[in-house]
Amino acid sequence: MSAPEMVITGLGVVAPTGLDAEEHWSAVLSGKSGIGRITRFDPSGYPVVLGGEVPDFTAKERIPQRLVPQTDHWTHMALYGAEAALGDAGVDPAERSEYEMAVVTSSSSGGTEFGQNEMSGLYGKGPGWVGVYQSIAWFYAATTGQISIRNGMRGPCGVVCAEQAGGLDAIGQARRLLRDDVRMVVTGGTDASLCPYGLVAQMQTGLLSESEDTARAYLPFDADACGYVPGEGGAILIAERGEEAAERGAGYGAVLGYASGFEPPGRPSSLARTLRRALDDARVDPGDVDAVFADGMGDLRQDRIEADAIASVFGPGAVPVTAPKVLSGRLYGGGAPLDVATALLGIRDGVVPHTPGTTRPVDGIDLVRDQPRETGPRTVLVIARGYGGFNAALVLGALER
Amino acid sequence: MRRAVITGIGAVAPGGVGREAFWDVLLAGKGRTRTITFFDASEFRSRIAAEVDFDPFQAGLGHQEVRRMDRAAQFAVVCAREAAADSGLEVSALDPGRLGVTIGSAVGCTMSLEEEYRVLSDGGRKWLVDHTYGVPHLYEQMVPSSLAVEVAADVGAEGPVSLISTGCTSGLDSLGYGVQLVEEGSADVVFAGATDAPLSPITSACFDAIKATTPENDAPEQASKPFDARRRGFVLGEGAAVMVIEEYAAARARGARIYAEIAGFAGRSNAFHMTGLKPDGREMAEAIRVGLGKAKVNPEEIDYVNAHGSGTKQNDRHETAAFKRSLGDHAYKVPVSSIKSMVGHSLGAIGAIEVAACALAIDRQVVPPTANLHERDPECDLDYVPLTPREHRIRNVLSVGSGFGGFQSAMVLRRPEEVPA
Amino acid sequence: MSEFTLQELRNVVKAAVNADDLGEIGEETLDTEFIELGYDSLALLEVLSVIQREYGLRLPDEATESMQTPGEALAYINERFKAAEGSR
Repeated sequence: MSAPEMVITGLGVVAPTGLDAEEHWSAVLSGKSGIGRITRFDPSGYPVVLGGEVPDFTAKERIPQRLVPQTDHWTHMALYGAEAALGDAGVDPAERSEYEMAVVTSSSSGGTEFGQNEMSGLYGKGPGWVGVYQSIAWFYAATTGQISIRNGMRGPCGVVCAEQAGGLDAIGQARRLLRDDVRMVVTGGTDASLCPYGLVAQMQTGLLSESEDTARAYLPFDADACGYVPGEGGAILIAERGEEAAERGAGYGAVLGYASGFEPPGRPSSLARTLRRALDDARVDPGDVDAVFADGMGDLRQDRIEADAIASVFGPGAVPVTAPKVLSGRLYGGGAPLDVATALLGIRDGVVPHTPGTTRPVDGIDLVRDQPRETGPRTVLVIARGYGGFNAALVLGALER
Repeated sequence: MRRAVITGIGAVAPGGVGREAFWDVLLAGKGRTRTITFFDASEFRSRIAAEVDFDPFQAGLGHQEVRRMDRAAQFAVVCAREAAADSGLEVSALDPGRLGVTIGSAVGCTMSLEEEYRVLSDGGRKWLVDHTYGVPHLYEQMVPSSLAVEVAADVGAEGPVSLISTGCTSGLDSLGYGVQLVEEGSADVVFAGATDAPLSPITSACFDAIKATTPENDAPEQASKPFDARRRGFVLGEGAAVMVIEEYAAARARGARIYAEIAGFAGRSNAFHMTGLKPDGREMAEAIRVGLGKAKVNPEEIDYVNAHGSGTKQNDRHETAAFKRSLGDHAYKVPVSSIKSMVGHSLGAIGAIEVAACALAIDRQVVPPTANLHERDPECDLDYVPLTPREHRIRNVLSVGSGFGGFQSAMVLRRPEEVPA
Repeated sequence: MSEFTLQELRNVVKAAVNADDLGEIGEETLDTEFIELGYDSLALLEVLSVIQREYGLRLPDEATESMQTPGEALAYINERFKAAEGSR
């Protein structure tokens, strides 16, 4: 059997559930939540007080110190994630051809904390108090640029923004590059707008959970759903051509299919069509899918739309559905890459992780609750939906060994 | 093989709202840069910009749209509507699942984000900003993807929709992304372009800090002078361009007017420095080489080069070297110009605005000039088409971009008559 | 004002970019280029900003060209201070 065209060979997880892939995976399996009261600032004056913060992440201990003042927290985490992912993949960029390596990340909101700080200098003191690094830290391309520079990657780099769906679009773009003249792509993404201005902006959607109960604040597909918890971090992934990964015996799983779409306001959702397109692209029948990692917004209406789309493609209750992101919160540009990492670890270990907390699931889907299911999943669908109407789906498959 | 062609153009640029007004600006060969009027810039080092005189109501937007949308979104939606009308497509009759949108932007909704920050922080006094003053659409202003959302909702797209944000190459990269969607068959029609409306104090302050913008405030119309020995930095601008890109066979079948084929696109990164450029132009040259290869066009067949031409010494020399490196002797023969001399540097938007200019240049067989170029930098020794437009036989055009983060992009446009059968 | 000292330069540089993996600024490195010590063009511009903010000293755009090493920076800044006092 021929090798798949695209394989994920390295995982760099920087998430509320752990600072590396294995730590994250064991937290997922044991249902250990990374959600807590926000500590980066005092949230007590805001209706939203819970967040998913990455614990023990001190940038100057994780990345070259000189880069710390140049970039935002979001980029710090991605630089660390990229190094971890490259190490995990066994890839030394110095040994690779410069134009055959590229970086494509997703970003949802850029360096908000850095920007807030500089605007505070501008309005508190004057234009001369805005530092030089504002020009390279706030904009959405900062992470891709810094990873490219740090690793000498001179291929066609990119940045895709589609809120929470952007992570899958970045991976889709990585696949286009691998089909062209690129052989290795650093992809995935992170986000980190848990600063006061970032949180307040997020709150305006009305989708954030105002609960103070860490176990009940984010309950996707539950009758008691009351919004989602915002988080920070994400995952950086290394994508390579299948035949080259096979030569090294590397890889967690293959990217078999991808599709993206949009749901304009006031029209029936296009999500089911996007899911079918991804399955068609992967040449996989719905019946061959062993698990669905759902987007799970934690909003009754949006969860209903997603559950209906899943049920219409697979049949009611016909496929196990899970949303382990309840343990980290929604990570925006980093969220879908983290789901991909979790799904790949599930394929590796033959486990579909559960969705802790949900007690009264909506009908129409088989939500994996209470504990992981050791069903040996080999083909998994990951769904992501981004604020404003974005949707995307990715099909992952086990490697033939 | 599926090919992607431009069949509609919408533009909002300094000096000209609308495609034809924009083209007239280019033909006039005059700088549209002026002393900043949007805010009191007297404390800033660079106090000039290329501002657009834009009345959103006159441009067709409604009251709720104006309230909801950042200026960059307003530009993009107005451009998309103009492009749709220009294309002759009945957009509402298209299969929405085969309709895509890709919008580029370097800095998203900076103006609103800064304006709201000023209120929520009470003039910079509160780190714990006051959420009770938050406007309902504040989140849309934090996420640049809202710019693509507005266009997608307006045209009713249900296919792939993305916002591409690669700094100052966002415009070219967004169009390149849209072309992929058409070529690979993920969409049949894509609204592709870019928008930026960055003219606010924080933008001015951050470019002041790194001394990238010109401090020459006394003669604003002449301050943007790429390739001129006296240039002292770029002039900030704003604007947008959105194009209708569709599959060539379908466009021909419906008898559409085709401006140009987007025949080749390539991006490379310098992996050198977030703002610095090496003088040798190596990675931009590689992007050009690969872009020409994809278009199956030889360097000698390029009839016009639309330069990044930002008007910083570093850029102008970097790309002059890149042209020589990639085009060889032909670099000395082909007309090269920078429209930033007239409309300023609108960050991520300018790449799309420049492609619109290239498509119009092909359509009208005229090369737009480089305004304000009186004394060529001795190290920039190409034909930069100073001051006045030039009639010229244009079959293939190369447009390039270069930006913070190290991004280098190159796009080749082809006259419709030259598209291989 | 009295002389702008090496210690003051060190403080200013630290205020601009504080990182242990950058080269030490001291007597031994007075003639070493900033770039070799790990300070890039942006870091130098930030150093200029800090000097302008904290000392109220006006420095021209081209200042970094005259400040390629810590030694040159000290000499240049002191020269500018003198010029500023002279013009008062």
